[in-house]
Amino acid sequence: MTDATADHAAPAERTTPRARTRRRGGGSVVVMTLYLLFLMLPIYWLINMSFKTNAEILGSFTLVPMNPTLANYATILTDPAWYMGYVNSLIYVVMNTVISLTVALPAAYAFSRYSFMGDKHLFFWLLTNRMAPPAVFALPFFQLYSSIGLFDTHIAVALAHCLFNVPLAVWILEGFMRGVPKEIDETAYIDGYSFPRFFIRIFMPLIASGIGVAAFFCFMFSWVELLLSRTLTTVNAKPIAATMTRTVGAAGVDWGVLAAAGVLTIIPGALVIWFVRNYIAKGFALGRV
Amino acid sequence: MQQKTVNNKAWFLVLPVLLLVAFSAVIPLMTVVNYSVQDTFGNNVFFWAGLDWFREMLSDERMWDALQRQLFFSATILAIEVPLGIFVALNMPKSGFWSSFCLVLMSLPLLIPWNVVGTIWQIFGRVDIGLLGHTLDALGIDYNYTQNPVAAWATIIVMDVWHWTSLVALLAFAGLKSIPDAYYQAAKIDQASRWKVFRYIELPKMSGVLMIAILLRFMDSFMIYTEPFVVTGGGPGNATTLLSIDLVKMALGQFDLGPAAAFSIMYFLVILLISWVFYTVMTNLDKKGV
Repeated sequence: MTDATADHAAPAERTTPRARTRRRGGGSVVVMTLYLLFLMLPIYWLINMSFKTNAEILGSFTLVPMNPTLANYATILTDPAWYMGYVNSLIYVVMNTVISLTVALPAAYAFSRYSFMGDKHLFFWLLTNRMAPPAVFALPFFQLYSSIGLFDTHIAVALAHCLFNVPLAVWILEGFMRGVPKEIDETAYIDGYSFPRFFIRIFMPLIASGIGVAAFFCFMFSWVELLLSRTLTTVNAKPIAATMTRTVGAAGVDWGVLAAAGVLTIIPGALVIWFVRNYIAKGFALGRV
Repeated sequence: MQQKTVNNKAWFLVLPVLLLVAFSAVIPLMTVVNYSVQDTFGNNVFFWAGLDWFREMLSDERMWDALQRQLFFSATILAIEVPLGIFVALNMPKSGFWSSFCLVLMSLPLLIPWNVVGTIWQIFGRVDIGLLGHTLDALGIDYNYTQNPVAAWATIIVMDVWHWTSLVALLAFAGLKSIPDAYYQAAKIDQASRWKVFRYIELPKMSGVLMIAILLRFMDSFMIYTEPFVVTGGGPGNATTLLSIDLVKMALGQFDLGPAAAFSIMYFLVILLISWVFYTVMTNLDKKGV
């Protein structure tokens, strides 16, 4: 026993410098592996289940599907009641992103460049809307949109999501815009650019990455929200998140289809995440950091 | 920080935002205020009730219980997520492919729709078909989140840790990356221990970002609804009925408009207070030029 320890001591001694450089250049592989494993396990289980039949899910306990099947995905992609859920979600999410960015761009410019009466109060008031609990707004929204005849339409959900997405977009864009030196604006004005032309031709390309990040976060927060979108829709604009409750039927829960539907909702985020990886922290911190 | 020009015409640029957010925030909020001071016997006939609903809610155990559970939930997840997030950030590769790789995988839970997060954990924790539930059951631990309040609480807390720790880690990592190499070299010359490097260099440099992370997590956890609702539905009994779940139950389930509205306003005031702290922290950070 003691010999073994002594034997191991020497190589351990030799590897220390390497371990130290590794820590300076990066971190502990063990910690990261464990953490990522913790993150991926539940997702793995969802994907695993989505390829199983219900009989296999309920009947046996297997770490990989024994008879991989695409039947669950086929159910979703061939039934309009299912796939329209995705279409509805995409429609209102895109509408919301476009509206949010259109109104947020000039506002963010104003906040980053000018000081005007009440600007700080306004900026704070916007923030409070980002922080407002959707539960507080669920009932009033329901009544508001019913009374103006927009209930169960895509635009209703898109407008409702503006509650938290417009402030978010303004904050993120303002964070990016303050990084652009003011001299550029002044030079452009001296060169005879009008404000709209300067804004679209010169300024927007300069903050293109900021616009991309803001768009991503508007898209995402609208995509992940359920409470408001569920409250404001019944049939025609029903989001996928609400459609998922369909799997609970008289014969119990259709686990395989539920898992497949879940996997399909993860895909949009997973597809674009690579492009915004360096801005994720900035986006979540409302354009600061 | 650049000097800003004083220009009141900038209001025109802000006007669209103002109108849009006023439409989707002020009108609904006024509706809530309206309901909170009125009573109805149906048929759209309302009469003035003054502050009765507020008095009723304040003396009602139901709201205080929900608030207690909410505070316990928020405190617990902060106590786990913040240290864990910092720890993960310290261990992340600083650059190169593996850094991006970790960033992408870590962000993945953040981008999953909230009800799907609930669904994932609902499935994962089930004793009959879930990996976690099955494993715990096989180990002889009595785990059933639909009947056992302790198991239900453990599930929603682990779920939130799974869902949001990466946010703290990403923000802390962004703070760490902004520390110039010279600081570490100086520490090395002074032969500072790993702990001292963390305590006197990394932690102070991260403090601003961490403050943001803590406030964001506190606020978002304070209004959490979908995830625990999908997993436990507020049960067993009322064991995991947090503020938002209770409010939705009251407003949309039972249509108790008056009490629900009074509840909403008090809820909103708390959020307002925390938002103000958040805003002050943010603007102070901006002044320091971080």
